Amino acid sequence: MANSGQEALVDLRQVRFAYGDREILSGIDLAVHRGQLVAIMGGSGCGKTTLLRLIGGQLKASAGTVHVAGQDIGKLNTAQLYALRRRMGMLFQFGALFTDMSVFDNVAFPLREHARLPEPMLRDLVLMKLQAVGLLGGHALMPTELSGGMARRVALARAIALDPMLIMYDEPFAGLDPISLGVIGQLIRRLNDALGAASIMVTHDVAESLSIVDYVYFVSDGRIVAKGTPDEIRASKDAFVHQFVHAEPDGPVPFHMKAAPIGEMLMGEVVR
Amino acid sequence: MIRKLGAMVVEGVWRLGFATRFLFLLLRYSGQSFTRLHLTLREIYFSGVLSLLIILVSGLFVGLVLGLQGYETLQRYGSSEALGVLVALSLTRELGPVVAGLLFASRAGSAVTAEIGLMKTTEQLKAMDMMAVNPIARVAAPRFWGGVISMPILAALFSAMGILGGWLIGVAFIGVDDGAFWSQMQAAVDIRHDIINGVIKSFVFGVAVSLIAVFEGYDCVPTAEGVSRAITRTVVSSALAILALDFVLTSFMFRG
Repeated sequence: MANSGQEALVDLRQVRFAYGDREILSGIDLAVHRGQLVAIMGGSGCGKTTLLRLIGGQLKASAGTVHVAGQDIGKLNTAQLYALRRRMGMLFQFGALFTDMSVFDNVAFPLREHARLPEPMLRDLVLMKLQAVGLLGGHALMPTELSGGMARRVALARAIALDPMLIMYDEPFAGLDPISLGVIGQLIRRLNDALGAASIMVTHDVAESLSIVDYVYFVSDGRIVAKGTPDEIRASKDAFVHQFVHAEPDGPVPFHMKAAPIGEMLMGEVVR
Repeated sequence: MIRKLGAMVVEGVWRLGFATRFLFLLLRYSGQSFTRLHLTLREIYFSGVLSLLIILVSGLFVGLVLGLQGYETLQRYGSSEALGVLVALSLTRELGPVVAGLLFASRAGSAVTAEIGLMKTTEQLKAMDMMAVNPIARVAAPRFWGGVISMPILAALFSAMGILGGWLIGVAFIGVDDGAFWSQMQAAVDIRHDIINGVIKSFVFGVAVSLIAVFEGYDCVPTAEGVSRAITRTVVSSALAILALDFVLTSFMFRG
């Protein structure tokens, strides 16, 4: 993997996470370096969003360690975690914009909360962030007036408001039309390079992701089943990766959910 | 059946525990509500100012009814001049705080629960937390204090409108002596015993309703159905809490 000589900004070792007895993740080893854009891919419910929450400190690992910028997330108190989160940005699946604030105020929110800048300077910074995502003209709009793609871009401007060292994306392409999808994909790549940050993207959009990321981890049933550069992934002979990348309906992930044989169910009196 | 009942009791105790812990967190993170006063003032506007219309109109009608019913009863004993006392004491001691509290719970409490619940459903609270901004300090505490501050003022205005309603019916329409109406009220209503106790009641109801509203929103299941259930729970729990607390407070305050 690239940058292996440099200390990883995000470093997960033998991470296990469970809700009670239900194991969600196990034996996860993952490293992300500055300048890298990494995708975590896998089917719905495989544990990839949980992985993102562990990195952001919203959840604590049941076993193993999660280090971000050299700090063990599991050992931080609330104040230390908040200090670290000021250096992170996160884009939620549907943007999670504050609906009672305008586009401008949404982007200004983290700056107003943490930076205590004079209002003219804050205004300039917000307008520059909006210019970076191509929505300078929409600064006065309310979130309800935005399309899905525009809302995602505003949320992206808000996520980079404090120039974070780590940006996390939770399903950034979900529900977008092809044009918006391409715009968001290019923005994610460009912003990561411009900020010199590390980015982690949880997604199941294969085509767009493989065209912009540096490295991919495949998660299935809570484990990393494959990893590599986009070229390595495309050439992979692994049955799961092959099914996923080529969108095949049947394979290691079966088309049919586990059930009794249909003959038995049809002959049964009541099916619940 | 017994198992279901047991599960309900256990869940109720759990939720009571969560609510108590939530109250401690609210108080712990309340600093911002006062150092950044505009956050709380905004909530006073939404909870208090926007509830004014329903409070004032309801207060007027309650006063009108009290005037009619009171006069009808008092005139049988030839003491219709005591109408002012009856209206004022009923409103300041009981009806003002209780009815204003019930109206406040349905108008402002439900709105606070819906707003926080929807913020939770659309991941706005999580987003705030990921931006290193504590949602309890930034969202919950200002709404709690906004409600606590608004409620006694609304109850006082409700009582004032009610007295005006009683005067309108008694003096302006029926013809009870104006001087007797006000002077008997002035002589019989005690500031500490009646007015202050009424204010204490409305303050306690404000704390209860605001805590329930904020907690239910914060604790709701983040789905459309979850938010709707939380709103229902806010209105029902607030009404029960107001009536139960009223009984407890009245038994301590007016023991004779």
